[in-house]
Amino acid sequence: MKCRKCSAKAVINMRQHKLALCKEHYLEWFLAQTERFIRKYRMFTPEERVLVAVSGGKDSLALWDVLVKLGYQADGLYIGLGIDGGVGYSAQSYEKVRKFVEARPGLHLEVVDVASTYGATIPTAARVTRRGKGKPCSVCGLTKRHIMNRVARDGGYDALATGHNLDDEAAVLFGNTLHWQVGYLARQGPVLPASHEGLARKVKPFCRFYERETAAYALLTGIDYIYEECPYAAGARSIYYKEVLNRLEAERRGAKLQFYLGFLRAREQGVFQSAQEQVQLNTCPTCGQPTAVEGQCAFCRTWDQVRERVAASSV
Amino acid sequence: MSAKLIFRDQEFEVEAGKTIRDAIKECGLSPETVLPVRDGELVTDDVLLEEGDVITLVAVISGG
Ligand code: SF4
Ligand SMILES: [Zn+2]
Ligand SMILES: [Zn+2]
Repeated sequence: MKCRKCSAKAVINMRQHKLALCKEHYLEWFLAQTERFIRKYRMFTPEERVLVAVSGGKDSLALWDVLVKLGYQADGLYIGLGIDGGVGYSAQSYEKVRKFVEARPGLHLEVVDVASTYGATIPTAARVTRRGKGKPCSVCGLTKRHIMNRVARDGGYDALATGHNLDDEAAVLFGNTLHWQVGYLARQGPVLPASHEGLARKVKPFCRFYERETAAYALLTGIDYIYEECPYAAGARSIYYKEVLNRLEAERRGAKLQFYLGFLRAREQGVFQSAQEQVQLNTCPTCGQPTAVEGQCAFCRTWDQVRERVAASSV
Repeated sequence: MSAKLIFRDQEFEVEAGKTIRDAIKECGLSPETVLPVRDGELVTDDVLLEEGDVITLVAVISGG
């Protein structure tokens, strides 16, 4: 198969776009597309400051790399979760991020280590609070969200960018549709406006790339990323949904893309507007972040409990 | 006449002469979830397998 632009040997064929490209033209296309999505969805401008949440995986590192190449003011945030899982997951993922930064002088990385900042690793916090039936994902998600908001607010960032790709978004959409969670549907999109004073808007510049495209970008640019999953991701429903969608895609090219774009169009037309909950957000007295409940937010309540129980068990 | 596909810690022997895409499907894998690499280079999956080819399939799905 030949590159559509120059007839050299193609390195990737994107069946949903009927587009095959060589290495040089693929990298060029990938940057131009990202720029297009950033403008189309009004994610941020070159004058604004962006915080990129990096996990050491292909998507987030590729995103940081692309934003810097496009000339945006992008800093990185790495959150040390303290997950070992027998494979040294957190240690390994941090190592990838560290090397990435080392190879690109001038980049700024913020690191927040959960255990040293809040008093326990994520798996310990999940265990002592018995949240999430043996899986730390609920405590993990809550904690990551809080830290991202905090660092973005404290650092005066305008936007918080994550590396979610189309497969991630389509899997979430599939789950939300399967259960008709219209409240979630109303809030899913490439941009989530700041819901509260001092919060950054959340943006997903890669939301229209297939996962294999972000992986190809990382491979072709030689980004060394963590190939292993978080050990707790095994058996996650999102992975199952991705498999289902990919089976569909294999038979009907573009099925994932159409599913997601059709949703965005419907959303734009206001189909989910009535589901847009007008919840009154309060401010947590401890951390100052928005919360739907009165009094302390879920993050502060959970972590107060974690510290109490960890202290009690160590005496 | 055979070529080899490597996916994570699995190895598959396949016949040469067919496309990488067909070989991937034959091994029960989804062509949408892997990127074929030959001699360190990314290749498209319409490439015909040649005798002795070793194709590493890079998994692209991540989750959580
Ligand atoms: S899979 Fe791992 S990183 Fe993801 S939410 Fe669960 S514990 Fe956290
Ligand atoms: Zn070309
Ligand atoms: Zn709080």
